Parts: sequence; C-alpha cells; structure tokens
Amino acid sequence: MTDTIETPSAPTKSRFSKFWDSDFAWSFRHSPVAMIASLVVLILVLSAIFAPLIAPYNPFDPASLNLMNGFTPPGTPNAFTQDTFLLGTDDQGRDVFSTILYGMRISLFVGVSAVLLAMIIGIVLGLAAAYFGGWIETLIMRVADVQLTFPAILVAMLIFGIAKGVTPPEYRNEMAIYVLIIAIALSDWVQFARVVRGAALVEKNKEYVQAARLIGRGSFPIMFRHILPNVLSPVLVIATISLALAIIAEATLSFLGVGAPPTQPSLGTLIRIGQGFLFSGEWWILFFPACTLLALALSVNLLGDWLRDALNPKLR
Amino acid sequence: MSLLTINDLTVEFPTRRQLFTAVDHVDLSVEPGEIHGLVGESGAGKSTIGAAIMGLLDRPGRIASGTIRLSGDQISGLDADAMRGLRGKKISMIFQDPLTSLNPLFTVREQLTETIQAHLGGTDAEANQRARDLIDRVGIPDPDTRLDQYPHQFSGGMRQRVVIALALCTEPDVIIADEPTTALDVSVQAQILDLIKELAQERQVGVILITHDMGVIADTTDKVTVMYAGKVVETGPTSQVMGQPSHEYTKSLIAAVPRPTLKLHRFPQISYGGRETRFAIEDMARHWPKVDNDASKPVFEIRNLTKKFLQRKGLLPWDRTYFTAVDDVSFDIRAGEVFGVVGESGSGKSTVARMIAGLYPVDGGTITFNGQVVSDLTNKAALDAYRKNIQMIFQDPYSSLNPRMRVDDIVAEPIRHHKLMEGADVKRRVDELLDQVGLGHEAGLKYPHEFSGGQRQRISIARALATQPRFLICDEPTSALDVSIQAQILNILKDLQEHLGLTLLFISHDLPVVRQMCDRVAVMKQGKVVELQETNELFANPQTEYASELLRLMPKLDDLSTDGLEAEA
Repeated sequence: MTDTIETPSAPTKSRFSKFWDSDFAWSFRHSPVAMIASLVVLILVLSAIFAPLIAPYNPFDPASLNLMNGFTPPGTPNAFTQDTFLLGTDDQGRDVFSTILYGMRISLFVGVSAVLLAMIIGIVLGLAAAYFGGWIETLIMRVADVQLTFPAILVAMLIFGIAKGVTPPEYRNEMAIYVLIIAIALSDWVQFARVVRGAALVEKNKEYVQAARLIGRGSFPIMFRHILPNVLSPVLVIATISLALAIIAEATLSFLGVGAPPTQPSLGTLIRIGQGFLFSGEWWILFFPACTLLALALSVNLLGDWLRDALNPKLR
Repeated sequence: MSLLTINDLTVEFPTRRQLFTAVDHVDLSVEPGEIHGLVGESGAGKSTIGAAIMGLLDRPGRIASGTIRLSGDQISGLDADAMRGLRGKKISMIFQDPLTSLNPLFTVREQLTETIQAHLGGTDAEANQRARDLIDRVGIPDPDTRLDQYPHQFSGGMRQRVVIALALCTEPDVIIADEPTTALDVSVQAQILDLIKELAQERQVGVILITHDMGVIADTTDKVTVMYAGKVVETGPTSQVMGQPSHEYTKSLIAAVPRPTLKLHRFPQISYGGRETRFAIEDMARHWPKVDNDASKPVFEIRNLTKKFLQRKGLLPWDRTYFTAVDDVSFDIRAGEVFGVVGESGSGKSTVARMIAGLYPVDGGTITFNGQVVSDLTNKAALDAYRKNIQMIFQDPYSSLNPRMRVDDIVAEPIRHHKLMEGADVKRRVDELLDQVGLGHEAGLKYPHEFSGGQRQRISIARALATQPRFLICDEPTSALDVSIQAQILNILKDLQEHLGLTLLFISHDLPVVRQMCDRVAVMKQGKVVELQETNELFANPQTEYASELLRLMPKLDDLSTDGLEAEA
C-alpha cells in the first residue's frame, strides 16, 4: 500500500569502515600535522601508562637510589652495575629517563582529570545559565567574569594555599595531587561555561527544542538529551586545547613549588630541580624534562587546532 | 545579436566521492530590455548559472564546457582581474537578502558614490548628483535625507530598492536578480517587481530573474527557462510556457502551484523524476479513536489575548519598554475545521500559535480548550492531557528535528514521554507512523540530515501524530519547501483533517495556500485581528481596506494552465 521515497542505500558497511570513510577521518588522513601530533601524543601517553614496564629504575623507590650516582651525564654507565644512564641522573642519583616517564604519568593524570572536572562544571553551569536565563544566568556569568579578571595561575595558587592550610600535615603529600586537580579545574571551568552557554543559547531557540517542550519534556531531559549533544563539538575542541594548558599549568605550579611534592615529581617538579643545576653544567636534568613537556603540550595543542578546523565547517 | 548568450554551459563540482554536474549543457540568451525568468526547484542549478556568469563560482566548481558571451565578447574563462572590471560595471547583481548585501557601517550615499567613482570616475559632485537621481528613481521618498542614513534605518522593501539603485549605478548591460523578493512581504514584493520591470524597459537592461516562485515568473518575465536537475527542460515566451506547457515536468510544476481563485480538492500527484510518493492516512484512521466533531461547539475560545515582549531591559519597572506583539485578539476555532491566520511578518500570527501551544506564557486574556481555561491547568496530569491533544508542525524542517537523534527516537519521544506504550509496541507504532507518512519504516534508522526538506517535514508530521492529538497547529508548514513538495504536504494535511477529523490551526503569509486549506480565516495586522471571515467570503468580498489590499497584491495566476486540476465539490 505504501511506497517508499528514494532513500540512500542501507548501511551495509561496518562501523569502522564507515568511520574511516567519514569526512572527519578523511580530513585527519589529509593533515600531516594532525597525524604527526597524534603519533607523538600516542607514544608519550603509552610510555607514561606503561612506565613501570619501560623504565629501567623506579625513581619513587628510595632503596634503588645511590647518591654516588648523582650528576651522571647522559650515556654514562652506573657506578655499580655498569648499566647505562640514557639521559643521565639528577643530584640524588635518580635516572632522568625513568623520572620523566613517571613524571609524565602525574602530569597527564593531573591534566586529564582537571580538564574533565572543569568540563563537567562548565557544561552544567553553562547549560543552566543558557536554559534558565534570568537571575541564574546573571549570577553564573558574573561569577565567571569576576574569576576571569584574576590570572588563572593565581586562582589555582590561592585554592592550593587554602587547601594546604586546612589539610593535616601528614596527609599533605598524598592530597597534593588531588588539590592540584581541583585548583586547576576551578581556574579553568569559565571558558567551558562560556562556550556552552553561547552554543546553547543558539540551540535553545531552535524549533526542535520547542517541539520537545510541546511534548511536555522537563527542563533536564531537554538540557541534557536535546541541547547537550548539539553543543559538544566546540566543547571537544576547547577540551583538547585546555588539556595542553592544564598540563602547563600543573608544570608551572609544580615549578613554583606549590604542586606535586619532590617525592613524587611531575615534569614541572623535575624542571624546578633541574634549573638549580643549569648554570653549573648539569644541563640534562632540566633539558630532557623540558623537551618532553614541550613535545606533549605542543602536540596536544596542534591536535586541538586541527580538531577545531575539522569540526567547524560541519556544524550542521 | 543578443546581449548575453550562454552556449552549451556545463558547470561541475568535483567532490571527494563523485563529480557533481550542477549545470548540464544549458543554452540561454537575453535581449536588451528583456526579463528572462529562470525557474526551478532547489538544486536545479539556477543560481549556479548566475554565479557562472558573474565569475563567482564557489571553489571547487568550474566551467567544464561551453561559453558565456556578453555583447559578442566571450567572458567565460577570463582571469580574475578582467572579471573584476566587468563585475559591477557591465553585469551587476541583486541578492535575496537586502540586509546582508549592504554594508551596515556605511551610509547609503557612501556606498553609492564609492561604486560610481570606482567604475565611472568623475568628481564627488557628479557622483553625488548621480546617487541622488538613482535613489529618487527607485522610488525612495525624500532622497536628500535618506541618502545620509544607514541601511538599518530602512525597511526591508526600501533596502531592496537601495540594492537595486546600487546595481544600476554603473549603467550595467545585464542585471542578475537572484530571488530578489523571496525575503520580502507580499505587499512589498509586487512593488519591487514592478520597479525591476520598469527599469528594464526604460534603460534597456537585460535581466535574468532567478526564482522558484511561479507567480513571480508569470507576472514579471517576458521569457522563461524551466530547469530540472541542471538541465533546461523547457524554454519559451512566458505566456506560452505557463499557459500551454509542453514538458511533463513543467506541467507538474504548474499543477502544484496554489491558485487564488480555484479551491482544489487535492493537488495532483507530482510524478516526475521518480519522486512519486504516497501516504496512507486512511490506514491511520483504522486505529484512531473516533471522535465526533460537533461543529457548533468551539474547540478553542480565544478571548482578549495579549502578549508583550520586553524591548528594553531595566532594573526598575518604569525603565522597561514593551512591544505589544499580540493585542486583544479574540476568535473561536470550531471542531473539525481548518482555521487560518494570515498576516505579514511581524503581525503576531506565530505568537498567537505559540501561546495556544503553551510555548509562550499568556500576558492577558484567556485561552479556553473544550470549556477548560488553559492557564488554569496546573497539575501535571491535566497539562499532559492537554499536550497530548495539541501538537505542532513547525516552519523550518531543518531546525525542527534534533540533528543528533535518530528518526525513530524522535518519533518515539512523545510516545515514551506520555507512556502510551511500552517495549516492542513503541517500535511497531513508530514503524507504522513512518509508513503512513510515506517514508517507509527503514527511515527510522537514519538521522535527520540524510533527508530532504519535504521528507523532514513528514518526520515532523509523524512526531506530531504520535500521541493521536485532536488539534494540530501548523506554523507556516510549507513556506520553506519547494512547490511540488508543498503540494504533497498540503495534501497530507487535508487528508488528516478529512479522514481523522482533526482540527487545524493553519498559520501562513501565503494567501493562495490559505485559500486551498482553510474554512475560515483571520487576517492579522500589527498584533490585531482586522478581519475574520469564511474563506470564500474573504476572497470574494473583503470587508476591510487591508484585506483587499493584500488580495490585490497577490500574484495573478490566471495565465497558468489548469490542466489536471480538480476543483473541490
């Protein structure tokens, strides 16, 4: 009885080949920068995850350290076992290569967690501001404006300082990482909230949202089921670029001595330790962690730039 | 020798997957003083021809074969510098949207004199004089003051007159007008078309008028070329093509145009290019709870309805200013009828619809549904019952469906929300609905962007029918669609009213469409209902000045062929 209108051929291809054939994957395959950047990120992330398997030493285990190995230049053998220290050692005889691998774990963990936390806070507050409007919007966005007038690093240091004051000293070292995450997240949620609010204001006035209201859907299903999926593309771009910034923020805080403790050094802590010896000739203690930080932040940033270009023209 | 000759033109857009031929071996010629209409549905390639003439094809588009000649000189394939000398001087263009084709930061005088001096040279005084003459010629009153105003100080129609003056200021040989009146109200559209007609005669300019509107073609053009999928299907003098179309496609296109004078039973089914579609509203009627419509009883009683929008915010109440969008509107909608609301943009017709749908709160007056005042419905059960009965079909098929949701989820949402069914029944119901609106149930597995405008509007209809409502609000449901698709959608709506006994509130700015659809019509102007009449009565003897003015400005479609049309009994 019913004829069908001409429809595009049914999906017969597998999920992967469909993705591989999509415009998004095509733009990735045609961007050398994106491919190199993601390769670098992949190598760095994998080596951080598998650090215990790759690293020749465990830098967090004081028993494996020997002060006699201190300040060994790169490529020089261990005074006792004749193993080569690939990137040399620091003042306490820790293998720089192993410390970088373990340090990157902390840097990445802090960066990713902080961005996720900032993203959740920003999305919820931004959606609420756009959807409810009125005094809720005014309150959220004015708080955001006020926070933007302080440099992010200052806000993070303030939060870190307060947290340090209220936690008992015996927990300080364990708590430090988590306080760091919260501090960076709270200094970074504003841009998520602003972007989400802007995009949601546009989506909110589209007719599909009115259709959902007409059905009788409540505020939360409309915000999270209808509006949120349509504002995720710009959020994804910001999240990638924020990740690079969060890693650098963590490194900056650790460099200033308010971040990861010296017993669990992150990349920033290593750079802080290394800068003390830079002018006395032991350049490798600073140089290699700094290069790793640079490579990590730069490639994540380049990936974010590419993502922005790839997603933007296709915001249907 | 013709002014503009296009010979065997082919324009291709190579894409990643395939070579898309937008214009396929097209021949066309324009004489001085002639208005040549280029008509076709979206995607027919008509605007691409305009862009090819101007040398403004978007990359990666390219002219694959053929030539374009202006007064005998070939202009296709010229380099960018040579083309820039022609553009705006020999050939100029009038765009659809007068708001974006003028620079908001310059006064009208600055924009005109800059163009004049760039192409013709001359002193400031000469350019100023010329600008003043042109503004006067295109019918803008008080040219001396208006010249020094900015574009935002002009109304839409006046702005389009400025754009025309700008197109004329370098004495071009050819003007390409791409949908010049689509963004304008009917009353303004007629004036702008008259102006273009006069100027073409007076200055012996050749005009290519690109449009999808058969009424514009019939009223304005001397010759017409009908395009379908990049090819010319028919060309000839307008009266001949419109009166005795020879090609099947032209016939089907003309048959789909709503007539102001003839109320059809149904639009004839368009059957060209494999787009035959049926829908099965009769099937739906079998499972639809029958409700007898008592035509004497109103479904809705609207009394003194008022809506004010905040125009300027202020902390203190007396600092705020309001704009009255709907002003003391009262009418009844009877059970089982199609009630039309017509008016120009800004008349408040959509606001009324949205208040009835409950999307806007009511600022004054009452809406009564089957004896129950809607604003008194505060408990959730009563509100849900109301919402199940009232559904809406929106204007823009591109924004009324959530792009991130699958079609079956979109149609199932109202069923799941109101808990009308559970589990596998929901899927069965959704499949049925998609079959009945003529999409086929496979459509459920896809996302909205995989469908055309008309298909999306069918998804919208399926969603609106999912709760088996008694009352449908249609807010300009076809104004974004091509004429053949419009005919299909209007047929579906007529079936819904006839077979299911639904009551329809039909909002439109298009009088011929209203004539086809509605039993009674309210005419709105600046937030007020100025006339409320039986449709036939309104079209035969309008009582108010405004309504008769609107009717007078309607395109006359008497020349169009009436083959295959079946009037309503």
